[in-house]
Amino acid sequence: MKKFLFLMLTAVSAVAFKTADGGYKAGDMAADFKLKNVTGKMVSLADYSTAKGFIVVFTCNHCPVAQAYEKRIMALDAKYAAKGYPVIAISPNDPVAEPVDSYANMQKRAAERKYTFPYLIDETQNITRAFGAQATPTAYILQKTDKGLVVQYAGAIDNDQEQANPARTKYVENAVDDLLANKKPAVSGSKAFGCRIVWKNS
Amino acid sequence: MRLPVLLFIVMLSFTTVKVNAQVTPITYAQLQKRINNPDTLYIVNFWATWCGPCVKELPDFDKLQRTYKNKPLKVVLVSMDFQSKLKTAVIPFVKKHPMLASVYFASRKSDQELIDEVDKDWSGALPATLVINTKKHIRKFYEKDFTYTELNTIYQTNKIIKQP
Repeated sequence: MKKFLFLMLTAVSAVAFKTADGGYKAGDMAADFKLKNVTGKMVSLADYSTAKGFIVVFTCNHCPVAQAYEKRIMALDAKYAAKGYPVIAISPNDPVAEPVDSYANMQKRAAERKYTFPYLIDETQNITRAFGAQATPTAYILQKTDKGLVVQYAGAIDNDQEQANPARTKYVENAVDDLLANKKPAVSGSKAFGCRIVWKNS
Repeated sequence: MRLPVLLFIVMLSFTTVKVNAQVTPITYAQLQKRINNPDTLYIVNFWATWCGPCVKELPDFDKLQRTYKNKPLKVVLVSMDFQSKLKTAVIPFVKKHPMLASVYFASRKSDQELIDEVDKDWSGALPATLVINTKKHIRKFYEKDFTYTELNTIYQTNKIIKQP
């Protein structure tokens, strides 16, 4: 009886873990999406015929952690777009609950900061759910293969919010560098510290 | 006639709850040592001054500590603000909102290291809360925000009753 109970508990906790930890992890196949850019145009990954992959970053206007990483996100695009890994930024938050993240404010920030990459709004939040992002900023590295888009990394951009530690680990840069060298990323995931996604009706 | 009034004031001054305006930097290893009294239930909340849902629920965490101030419950609030913001953001915040709950500042090499130490299931989003008691082997982790009623339920289901 005790053993049965333990098994039951294990099963329940395994299910709970799966829901809490759902979304893309390294090795998963990612689905393409079509989201509205700040320019008004719809963007999907299929539009990038020459890309080798993508650095998809869930980020936003209002979150101080996302703001702290903004320049680094821009630097990633400057460094890797030409090498075949452009940045695709997605704002996941409900603008009703967080007006700083409204479409108009996204347009304003992208123009002011001169983003060189698309800044897309996930109005239904379905893409954010599919990826499984929990906080901004969270990065996913997708690699184009014959089979489709393979997730090669999911997590933080680096492990040094304030860029105070010279020995910081640049997770995303390291992973893209590995992919460009035809290697599997040595580190395929990390915890993304930041502001919880602002879900609708929550 | 005046004596009862005076007495009342004296009594009042004794019953006034001592509040904290201190914020002590703490590593996870140091925190673990502060939350391992077997006769106390610890509710440890990870928050930041910039985190909207965190700031909203903080008064309820403090209310829980005030309500059960004579019970073996300790509410511990660990700020995960930027390392450079202890003096400019966290201490001013706590001075403005004095709390009975103990307030600490997470001293950490990296967020990732601390997050993994606290709980492997923590995605990294704030707020997050840990409920701990070593004697009853309680260790529950929540990545959500709470209402006072929910916090009270957590206390009631996990509270430590001292053996006579």
